[in-house]
Amino acid sequence: MSTDRLEVRKTYKLYLGGKFPRSESGRTYPVTDARGRFVANAAWASRKDARDAVVAARAAVAGWSGATAYNRGQVLYRVAEVMEGRAAQFADEVAAGEGLSAARARASVDAAIDRWVWYAGWTDKLSAVLGGTNPVAGPYFDFSIPEPSGVVAVLAPQRSSLLGLVSVLAPVLATGNTAVVVTSHDRPLPAVTLGEVLATSDVPGGVANLLTGDAAEIGPWLAEHADVDGIDLTGAPTRLAMELERSAAGTLKRVLRGTAEEPDWSADPGLSRMTPFLETKTVWHPIGL
Amino acid sequence: MAAMTHVLDADALSGAPSPTPSGDGPPAPFRDVVASDSAFRAFLHGLPGVDQVGAQARTAVLGTRSIKTTAKAWAIDTAISMVDLTTLEGSDTPGKVRSLAAKARRPDPEDPTCPPVAAVCVYGDLAGVASEALAGTGIHTAAVATAFPSGRASREVKLADVRDAVGNGADEIDMVIDRGAFLAGRYLDVYEEIVAVKQACGTAHLKVILETGELVTLDNARRASWLAMLAGGDFIKTSTGKVSPAATLPVCLVMLEAVRDFRATTGVQIGVKPAGGIRTTKDAVKHLVLINETVGADWLSPEWFRFGASSLLNDLLLQRQKLRTGHYSGPDHVSID
Amino acid sequence: MTSLFEYAPALESRSIVDIRPSYGLFVDGEFTEGGGTPLKTVDPATEEVLSEVATGTDADVDRAVKAARRAFTRTWGPMRPADRGKYLYRIARLLQERAREFAVLESLDNGKPIRESRDVDLPLAAAHFFYHAGWADKLDHVGLGSSPRPRGVAGQVIPWNFPMLMLAWKVAPALATGNTVVLKPAETTPLTALLFAEVCQQADLPPGVVNIVTGAGDTGRAVVEHPDVDKVAFTGSTEVGRSIARAVAGTRKSVTLELGGKAANIVFDDAPVDQAVEGIVRGIFFNQGHVCCAGSRLLVQESVHDEVVASLQRRIGTLRVGDPLDKNTDIGAINSAAQLARITELTGIGETEGATCWQPDGVLPDRGFWFKPTVFTDVSPAMRIARDEVFGPVLSVLTFRTPDEAVAKANNTTYGLSAGIWSEKGSRILSIASRLRAGVVWANTFNEFDPTSPFGGYKQSGYGREGGRHGLTAYLKGASE
Repeated sequence: MSTDRLEVRKTYKLYLGGKFPRSESGRTYPVTDARGRFVANAAWASRKDARDAVVAARAAVAGWSGATAYNRGQVLYRVAEVMEGRAAQFADEVAAGEGLSAARARASVDAAIDRWVWYAGWTDKLSAVLGGTNPVAGPYFDFSIPEPSGVVAVLAPQRSSLLGLVSVLAPVLATGNTAVVVTSHDRPLPAVTLGEVLATSDVPGGVANLLTGDAAEIGPWLAEHADVDGIDLTGAPTRLAMELERSAAGTLKRVLRGTAEEPDWSADPGLSRMTPFLETKTVWHPIGL
Repeated sequence: MAAMTHVLDADALSGAPSPTPSGDGPPAPFRDVVASDSAFRAFLHGLPGVDQVGAQARTAVLGTRSIKTTAKAWAIDTAISMVDLTTLEGSDTPGKVRSLAAKARRPDPEDPTCPPVAAVCVYGDLAGVASEALAGTGIHTAAVATAFPSGRASREVKLADVRDAVGNGADEIDMVIDRGAFLAGRYLDVYEEIVAVKQACGTAHLKVILETGELVTLDNARRASWLAMLAGGDFIKTSTGKVSPAATLPVCLVMLEAVRDFRATTGVQIGVKPAGGIRTTKDAVKHLVLINETVGADWLSPEWFRFGASSLLNDLLLQRQKLRTGHYSGPDHVSID
Repeated sequence: MTSLFEYAPALESRSIVDIRPSYGLFVDGEFTEGGGTPLKTVDPATEEVLSEVATGTDADVDRAVKAARRAFTRTWGPMRPADRGKYLYRIARLLQERAREFAVLESLDNGKPIRESRDVDLPLAAAHFFYHAGWADKLDHVGLGSSPRPRGVAGQVIPWNFPMLMLAWKVAPALATGNTVVLKPAETTPLTALLFAEVCQQADLPPGVVNIVTGAGDTGRAVVEHPDVDKVAFTGSTEVGRSIARAVAGTRKSVTLELGGKAANIVFDDAPVDQAVEGIVRGIFFNQGHVCCAGSRLLVQESVHDEVVASLQRRIGTLRVGDPLDKNTDIGAINSAAQLARITELTGIGETEGATCWQPDGVLPDRGFWFKPTVFTDVSPAMRIARDEVFGPVLSVLTFRTPDEAVAKANNTTYGLSAGIWSEKGSRILSIASRLRAGVVWANTFNEFDPTSPFGGYKQSGYGREGGRHGLTAYLKGASE
């Protein structure tokens, strides 16, 4: 390839309902790299975009949660496969946004891909690990199974733009929930590219919706939204997180609190990011002739 | 507040007066259900299912009813009056039957206020002895027939058995259904046999023994109940007493529900007789509670409910003595029959 | 017509309980005075005042939390897990030994029939302690990795509908996992919790492990909002649940909430009808309908609506209403004047909205708080009696035509605690059960409970589970926390 070729730049848009719209508000904001150089204009999602995303996510719940666990696992694994093919692009974006060396950026991308694989493998094991039969003292067959909460709003971490994002999104999807994600505000580009990966990985439209923009602006609308079942506050600063948790109490959403410092995304997450958005359903039936 | 908890609606279970069943086919609206094997099968299998655990749970709760003082006294006398005092042994003799008849007339020789039982139940060959001993008492003579208890004989033999018992003076016939045919799904055969037996009974009342212990499931108990009622049985009866389990509360519940629903749809009232395994006053009272809260007062008389039992009577008498005297009685204070 | 067979009164003797004229708070192993104005607790069946009970102030709650913290740090926390288990076994046995006493006291204070307090509440309460006792030294197997740690001091606020059973649901898992407890019983039903304090003494439970602070809403708020409480567990109304979720926002407290419900009890045309009718009765009239998981919306397939309603009404006519201490009583007293007022109000709204109200004939006792079992037919999904939790013996009957419609209507509520399905078709039951958004689904049964079986809601019926392995996780911190 000739070095003097003028590159074709990408328009970074929202990923919403399986499509790539601009913000209905028409707003964008400039995204810079870690050194402050302009990289792109990202779509600046509005509350109405968040509203549309919730509608899309709700519409996708039945199909996604109703799919077999095997199917969900394959789809999520497919995400890893497609990411692998675009690893270089992700690495460039992560390196630019997070100011990492190429090697460290690549390692972070690899970890993100591996995290998809890890969560993909969970889809068909959760019921056995978290559910089971209950030996009740009577003539009843009684069993408990985990089920997704439904639509989960995710405030993605601000610093770790890809590994952090995948670490909060994948568990929501692996458990059969659908997601409305507000990406890192300053480092949104890997999220948009991830949207492109999701769109080409058999993830049904609406299952994951990625909004670039400001958690402080959109977060309150999602926390108060009556058709959102859970919210992950990881990406919200402490003060905002408290306000959002308070708002979420109005409809008794499942809340996954953030920590003062962004977690170490390289650590083994265990089940800690899946159980908050799982309900336990217990079913009884008599045993008789 | 009232000292006594009361049912809110005393009339909740009462129904219309009952016409007697007619001899010509099932009553309306069920005339057509026996038109063919397949129609009958479809009908019986279309009856609502019975959840065994639910039925057991219901009877367990009713089993906790606490029947005390005046209620207990009433229950004991009512239970005594509902007893079909039974002897069905190969070793039965006229002497044994006569002594049973004497007991039936005056269960407690020390207490003339003790009511007589409903009937004495014997094998057909001894029906004559029983009916002679009971003449003029109002106590019925019941005879088991139709190759009791297995029912394994040709239809002609069974009908002859019935005619013989009736001829000997039985005014109540306790027949057994053909469980083999029932379990094989030949419902119309079972039905037709009951119809034939009913005809052979003449004016004698027909109790149809389902032998629910061999039918096993409560679904079968409900189907057999409906089959027997449609065929013209005057009573449906749980068991021969020769097969275990015999009468159980869940089976009795299902049969009571069947007679309740049958009356609600046809206007015809059918009696119920649990038999076998009911040995104590407590058992008997539980059954009376079951009647009271399932079908109501309309079935709380010997005309519509019987206990097929032998040892039950003595326990009822002991409890009756305890209530009357205030102290516990002992087996030497009731007669051995 | 009067019944031939009138059951004579069969009263459980109340001489087995010794109710003191007044009770203090149980803090640090002793009964102590409370700083607030004492509350009077009444027998809702007679309006007779049973006793005067202390009201815990903020300072009293602080005292209790400090005692709990001390016990957590010095005795209960460091104790060998197997020994904690042995204390719970002791408590379980003591509850069994004194079950009749507890049952009578429960019926007096709450108004529930003795048959239920004797056969349901108390046996289950003891079973909860017995079940959780065995977990105490097996927490490595809960599913949180090895050596999960207790959270610390649990602040627990429980409702008046199952006073002793809810205490057991809260206290047993908290103690089994090594936490200590400050428990606030409901203001109208504090007596069995105070008797439980005696059981703790008889068990020689170390002081401060269980603290019982009586009082009303303010006392409960003080428990929930106390800064040194690590874990909040609440059972009660969705409204209070919201305020608790709000109050703990931004804190490190973990919360479980078991809130209201408006359960659909779905009857298909192939249901075992007689058992379904029993299940409907059990679903809505058990405990006077004071049950968060009550089957308060009957969804019946249109083709069997008339038959089911007729059977149901016939069955309701046989229910025995009256003295809670009569062993034959099926329906006791409404727990309080306030609750009676709410039931009366919502029932009035149902009539105003155009639903058809049916109640059996008969009269209720003159004194005390009573409400007849009530069935509303011609209910449309928009009516308040189809949406609001009545928490009383009031059933709303709606219809459906297809399984899809049944599921849609059943899920059309902000609640999601429980649901019922009545059908003889196995594959249909499993399909409907998987589509219902409810934490407990009873198929061909209703209102069954067991300590091994997780209980709790979806949506605005709360979060977290009580019972089973799941119930323990709320009281433990895993390695990642």
